[in-house]
Amino acid sequence: MRAANPASEAAFAKAAEYIDRKPLVSNKRPLSWITDHVCRIVEQPAPLWWWIATVFFGAVAALTPAMLTYLVATGVGVWGLNVPVCWAWDITNFVFWIGIGHAGTLISAILFLTRQKWRTSINRSAEAMTIFAVICAGIFPAFHVGRIWFAWFLFPIPNANAIWQNFRSPLLWDVFAVSTYFTVSLIFWYLGLIPDLASLRDRATTRLRQMVYGLLSLGWRGSNRQWTHYEKAYLILAGISTPLVLSVHSVVSFDFATSIVPGWHTTIFPPYFVAGAIFGGFAMVLTLLIPFRELYGLHDLVTDKHIDNMCKITLLTGSLVGYAYSMEFFIAWYSGNPYEIYAFMNRAFGPYWWAYWAMITCNVIAPQLFWFKYCRQNPWVVLALVMFPNTGMWFERFVIIVTSIHRDFLPSSWGYFSPTWVDITLFIGTIGLFVFLFLLFVRFLPMITMFEVKNVTPEADPHHHGEHDSHGHASRPAPAKAHA
Amino acid sequence: MSRPESTLHGLGAEFPSAASLMHAAEKVRDSGFRKWDVYSPFPIHGMDAAMGFQRSRVSLFSLLGGITGLTSAFVLIYYTSALNYPLIVQGKPYFALEPSMPIFFELTVLLTAFGTIIGLLLLTLMPRLHHPVFNWDRFKRVSDDGFFLVLEAGDPRFEKGASRRFLEELGGSHITEIYQDPDPFPHPARPEAKGHA
Repeated sequence: MRAANPASEAAFAKAAEYIDRKPLVSNKRPLSWITDHVCRIVEQPAPLWWWIATVFFGAVAALTPAMLTYLVATGVGVWGLNVPVCWAWDITNFVFWIGIGHAGTLISAILFLTRQKWRTSINRSAEAMTIFAVICAGIFPAFHVGRIWFAWFLFPIPNANAIWQNFRSPLLWDVFAVSTYFTVSLIFWYLGLIPDLASLRDRATTRLRQMVYGLLSLGWRGSNRQWTHYEKAYLILAGISTPLVLSVHSVVSFDFATSIVPGWHTTIFPPYFVAGAIFGGFAMVLTLLIPFRELYGLHDLVTDKHIDNMCKITLLTGSLVGYAYSMEFFIAWYSGNPYEIYAFMNRAFGPYWWAYWAMITCNVIAPQLFWFKYCRQNPWVVLALVMFPNTGMWFERFVIIVTSIHRDFLPSSWGYFSPTWVDITLFIGTIGLFVFLFLLFVRFLPMITMFEVKNVTPEADPHHHGEHDSHGHASRPAPAKAHA
Repeated sequence: MSRPESTLHGLGAEFPSAASLMHAAEKVRDSGFRKWDVYSPFPIHGMDAAMGFQRSRVSLFSLLGGITGLTSAFVLIYYTSALNYPLIVQGKPYFALEPSMPIFFELTVLLTAFGTIIGLLLLTLMPRLHHPVFNWDRFKRVSDDGFFLVLEAGDPRFEKGASRRFLEELGGSHITEIYQDPDPFPHPARPEAKGHA
């Protein structure tokens, strides 16, 4: 392939220097170092900070069942929602959590199909985060139905009333979309875990570990007769998860967009919601990964390059969201519909102006700092900056939901929503639950996909013979050689 | 060595790298062996061709799952909304394609995922918690940084001495005889005939 004459050879070498990529695993770590470093987190006794954090967040998580028990025992009136704001904190929290649950499958599926090799060291924890976020999300609509003991009416199970579900309603689509998303994400996550669980099994020093990880790894042997089917199955799951991840938040947005409420009834909602979900999801991945990388010393696996890439995605999706905000205003004005115009003017300058401008500050202005390399390179600056999208994306859902319906068609029924202490405590409880589940995950499962990280090291290249240093060149097509 | 020949599973060899394992695999493929396998901590790019595999058939199961999902979504919606209990809601038709799309899509994806995972388990014969290769001590490194090749005794071309020399020629080290566990419940009417299962 390469030209034979020495002049162009030198030019190639020079160009290669310029376009050289940073290696995905720093410091040329060998394969066993990767296994060792990731498994150690699970195998060694938990550090003190882990116990403190787990007990603390476990206690916060306990607020969730406590508040739900109080809610069911007393009645939905303990929440602040009432006519005209019948969807308030609970649906805001639902959309907030389900949005966070998007980054995981995006990283594992879309970045897999687009051959983004840097995904390998972050996809496991991002997928775990997805699952925990969807668990937190599911709590809210389930209890929002009011009589939770009738929630099974949502599923097509023959019942004594002989009435079926209304398949023409976007709320039912949501049931199918969210439960499918949860199930497929769980399958995808587990599939990725199997070879790594086998690593834990093979390193087990106690009988209990050997049995538990042995059962969970399903007898994985790493044989190529297994790998060949495994890779195909992974590719197919990535292929179907890609439209799935885009569909979930689109379907969630249909809950609003198919209604006739000004402020909700817009065609921009599906892409706008998906961009927002990816934005919020990546912010949450960074929020979790930066401290854990520091605490477990995983700098060679989750490199500054990874953080830099995620910041760029946050910047891109944050700008997309900003574009959607302005486009909503433009369309409201361009439509000439006075009710539509009113809904948006009221959103920005009405009684909830503070929520609107908090959203704009956090989602549109703050991420623009990621244009500066300094802000992307310093993990602590990144951690501080992603707190803005984390907050802002909650405000976005609050703004969309509450400001659109607090002044509906009849001025006589206009109102102002304020949350009750139960609303607030329940939301704090789900944050505790989310972090608690994540802490358990890093303790008991390998938080980095070892076999995929090994696969992007130069040793994994079947044309690598170790005679020359080709670290970081793994993605470049190797010249045909060494077959003689 | 004192173990009965019939419980011999095969001969295992270790290789230093993914590249050397792949070259060895190419030669084993060309020698006509059928019952053999390579083991590695990660999927090796190009190994399927080196072992002479056809495309994986997992996709067939996925397709079946997807078709089942789409069909069941259609049957579910059409039966419940248009046949069993037609109910006028907001003046919308009992059945129409547009509002059915999300459910068509979701159930197709869901059952494709189920089909894929069932196909994977069937084709890889998982879960199979025990396997003779686990009896080999060095094999524990397969999920860390070990690359192994096992020629199975069930292959007609297998012959202990010749196969060992073959593995040596290929550059394998730590060549070891791997035995199956002795049958814990030997049946008198079923003497060692099952060795080459």
